[in-house]
Amino acid sequence: MSDGVSAAAERVARESYGRLVARLAWQWRDLAAAEDALADAFAAALRHWPEQGVPDAPEAWLAAAAQRRLLHHARHVRLTQDPRVTALLDEAEPEAPERQAVPDARLQLMFVCAHPAIEANVHAPLMLQAVLGLNAKVIASAFLVSPAAMAQRLVRAKARIREAALRFEAPEARELPARLAAVLEAIYAAYTLGRHALDSPADDLREEALFLARLAAQLLPTQAEAWGLLALLLHAESRRAAQFDAVGRFVPLPAQDPAGWRDDLIHEAEAALWTAAKLRQPGPFQIEAAIQSAHAQRRATGQTPWRAIAQLYGVLVEHHANLGARVGQAVALAESGEPAAALALLDALPLEAAGYAPYWVARAHVLGLAGAPGRQAAVQRAIGLTDDPRLRDFLVAQLG
Amino acid sequence: MQYMLIFNETTAETGRRDDPAAAPAYWGAWNAYVGAMYESGIVVSGNGLQSPRTAIRVRVEGGKRQVQDGPFADTHEHLGGYFIVETVSLDDALEWAARAPCASAGSVEVRPVLPPPTNAPA
Repeated sequence: MSDGVSAAAERVARESYGRLVARLAWQWRDLAAAEDALADAFAAALRHWPEQGVPDAPEAWLAAAAQRRLLHHARHVRLTQDPRVTALLDEAEPEAPERQAVPDARLQLMFVCAHPAIEANVHAPLMLQAVLGLNAKVIASAFLVSPAAMAQRLVRAKARIREAALRFEAPEARELPARLAAVLEAIYAAYTLGRHALDSPADDLREEALFLARLAAQLLPTQAEAWGLLALLLHAESRRAAQFDAVGRFVPLPAQDPAGWRDDLIHEAEAALWTAAKLRQPGPFQIEAAIQSAHAQRRATGQTPWRAIAQLYGVLVEHHANLGARVGQAVALAESGEPAAALALLDALPLEAAGYAPYWVARAHVLGLAGAPGRQAAVQRAIGLTDDPRLRDFLVAQLG
Repeated sequence: MQYMLIFNETTAETGRRDDPAAAPAYWGAWNAYVGAMYESGIVVSGNGLQSPRTAIRVRVEGGKRQVQDGPFADTHEHLGGYFIVETVSLDDALEWAARAPCASAGSVEVRPVLPPPTNAPA
């Protein structure tokens, strides 16, 4: 097999996998069968394209091949005797079908993957598999789950989609915000995993998550939170290289040289946040993006507006409290000259904070700013709880 | 559910124990990790082990004893220690495994502990 052909197949796979699965799953109401048929179609492409050349419309070729597999299967299990269906059954290999736009059903597929009937911890894995075609082993490594268990969860979720006959349709207007939030949460979860893990495959996951965030904003241009998530991820992405120095040591945000931040991504992030703001639908991802936008100001002004950041965290905590937001609020308060208030906030956090490495990193930092004892012990806990070797090395160096 | 976390270290990682420049960071990371496990209340029991150089392997083959001094050249990762932990799920045990310093300088194996036989004397 020539490299050109497999490269073409891979390109088509990446670009069109989600669209094809989505369309087939929508037509056949069966996600697992759609994925199987598409896998067969890709295998057929790798057999036929080296001899016949890559077709003009490879995506349509794959769609036709997968469609035939599904029809074969349907006829085989006698699910349908409808002459209208069997008439579609074309035995011949597809001959350069017309270039046609494959309708974009990926958004519907994302909504199905984040359906309330499916357990929340499977939303992101299912979306990565269904929309991007990642395999269970790669997904399991990123989510730190045994590959067999992850495969089982995915199979169970797909069976649930089939049994409950979850509809591959856009949710009604009144349920859109809740369903969209689940979709965006799943994309965010995938990105943060990819960002904190160091090596492939999780590193790929970061790119996949960015791709999904761009896609969601593009397919739902009137939903401000979709733009908010995109802005948030782009800001984070703009600083990725600056997070580590020349020898690979971790550099915390306040110590980063803004010259190392990527201008193009910051501009794209700011444009996305502006698009969101004009829609006048406030939400947590937009507030988090605004916080990151405030950090980005240091590139222009040389100053971090900690007081404004503390206020933004205040809004976030008031309306969308979570552990990360509370910890961020405390750090921003301490940095803007109120370390005692910050310490009080950290003391008031629920018990589960004790298992959260960023909490101990923040606590150590706030204790340092407050000149209070216990900093060393907090650094120790953070070292013991982090799974990021570069952050661990950074913290160990602080033990002195 | 009880799991054994089996900590394997590369030869280079084990070597940091005896390197005066690297030893403080090595022990600092392990002390913090073991401390965090104890603080979280998951530890049933566990220990670090002395260098693979101190190991002795005993085998009886065809009725004949064979005793061999370590370290054993046939492995590139060495057992550095083990802990038995009690966690709610395998996922939690995997999370603790990923936090071990040797997860990025060797590997951590996670094995469910065999429950005692049901007819065991009480």
